[in-house]
Amino acid sequence: MAILDKHKILETNATLLLVCSLLVVSIGGIVQIAPLFWLENTIEDVEGMRPYTPLELAGKEVYIREGCYVCHSQMIRPMRDEVERYGHYSLAAESKYDHPFQWGSKRTGPDLARVGGRYSDDWHVDHLIDPQSVVPESVMPKYGFLANRRIDGEYIGDLMKVNAMVGVPYTKEMIDNAQIDFRVQADPDEDYDGLLERYGEDSVSVRNFDGAQGVTEMDALVAYLQMLGTLVDFSTFTPDASR
Amino acid sequence: MTKMTKDKQDIPTTGHEWDGIQEYDNPMPRWWLWTFYACILWGIGYVIAYPAWPGITSATAGILGYSTRAEVAEAIAEVDRRNEAINAKLATTDLTAISEDAELNGYAVSAGAAVFKTWCAQCHGSGAAGAKGYPNLLDNDWLWGGDIEAIHETITFGIRNEDNDLARYSEMPAFGRDELLEDDQIDQVVNFVMSLSGDPISATLVTEGAVVFEENCAACHGDNGAGDQSQGAPNLADAIWLFGGSYDEIRETVYNAQFGVMPNWDTRLTEAQIRAVSTYVHQLGGGE
Repeated sequence: MAILDKHKILETNATLLLVCSLLVVSIGGIVQIAPLFWLENTIEDVEGMRPYTPLELAGKEVYIREGCYVCHSQMIRPMRDEVERYGHYSLAAESKYDHPFQWGSKRTGPDLARVGGRYSDDWHVDHLIDPQSVVPESVMPKYGFLANRRIDGEYIGDLMKVNAMVGVPYTKEMIDNAQIDFRVQADPDEDYDGLLERYGEDSVSVRNFDGAQGVTEMDALVAYLQMLGTLVDFSTFTPDASR
Repeated sequence: MTKMTKDKQDIPTTGHEWDGIQEYDNPMPRWWLWTFYACILWGIGYVIAYPAWPGITSATAGILGYSTRAEVAEAIAEVDRRNEAINAKLATTDLTAISEDAELNGYAVSAGAAVFKTWCAQCHGSGAAGAKGYPNLLDNDWLWGGDIEAIHETITFGIRNEDNDLARYSEMPAFGRDELLEDDQIDQVVNFVMSLSGDPISATLVTEGAVVFEENCAACHGDNGAGDQSQGAPNLADAIWLFGGSYDEIRETVYNAQFGVMPNWDTRLTEAQIRAVSTYVHQLGGGE
């Protein structure tokens, strides 16, 4: 074992030891992480996933800013109790346009991966303004101020550009029309045909989410929540067992 | 002490020396060493049995064919299989006959409680006591009827939703906002409505309000304000208020009209689940 006798060289050269340690640790990391980039079954293709609309994207930013992920996960694990309570287990593809993803790691509140369409807009507004008015045992803080904060989507196109840089398939047309799409999604009286054409007729809801005039952070957040988990049509989805 | 010192001198050192300090080359304890070897063997076995090594297009599947997806599908199928018989019975038994079969009733109430906690509690409260704008299901005041068949229909099709054409539907006019009544008429009728179950603010306005009520409200809410379950018109004489019973709150309801929305559950729950939760709600206390 002549090579083992040479460990004195490593142990007496700090820099060499550091470089070689890094090498050994890297092998472990590469073996675990690198295959995820080429294995075809890491992210399966599913019907229905689309990039978030500008208003939903703004809602996601509010979600991140307020730290919703600290208490709510967006990741339904493949276990019977979770599937029965929250719905179909989450698929990797469902968070492929999330930068950063919102899986979370702790559930003080319930999982939100499929909260979309589960409650009415009114319920969400009531609940965000005063959670205890609808769920008395809730420990969630109040977010009523969101209803008073007007937003105009001035920079939403920039945010979409950044998302496009990291791989979200926003087209130039989507980015150019970002601010218009942002506004019309919360106002059914405006012409929203372009929005539906760009993002998909079936999966985009155009409503006045907060029931009040103008676009507020409340509109954006409720629009985001009402979309969560609704994009994939599970009636056409057959799970591949080898995952 | 002496013996130990002597033994130590017999132990070989690793040959390393730092500032005169040497390191003994003691063997690892046997138990540790064998546990270590056992772990390596177990690791090799695990890699063969379970999905492990990544390849070009996929990872090795493992000879046990394990998959978390298959496992959860099997767990759900197993529960479905065990409950198949009783669910089939629940779905086909006449609604009014469920409570007569003790075993079926017990199952329906427990299963219904689970469904309620998952799907209904967010609006109606975990104890079913409701909240402002979300009906209390514990009392015997029902908007659309409180016998089990009415409850079943409400849960199946929902109320005022756009997803099911059979949803229960009615809409109170916004008497103030749409200028159907003058401001003073609204004051009058609010006082009259308050007089039905308590004290009005102004007794003199009650008589005038009775006329306004007769002409505008009685068609749905009934001549004496007892409501009409066939169109979801609330009883106004029982001191139970969905949107509040103070002067300001009643005025708000008359002025802008307020009514809730309930989703249809026929697309999300099975018939057995709907019947279970109907049974659960029916036995909470207010069921007719």
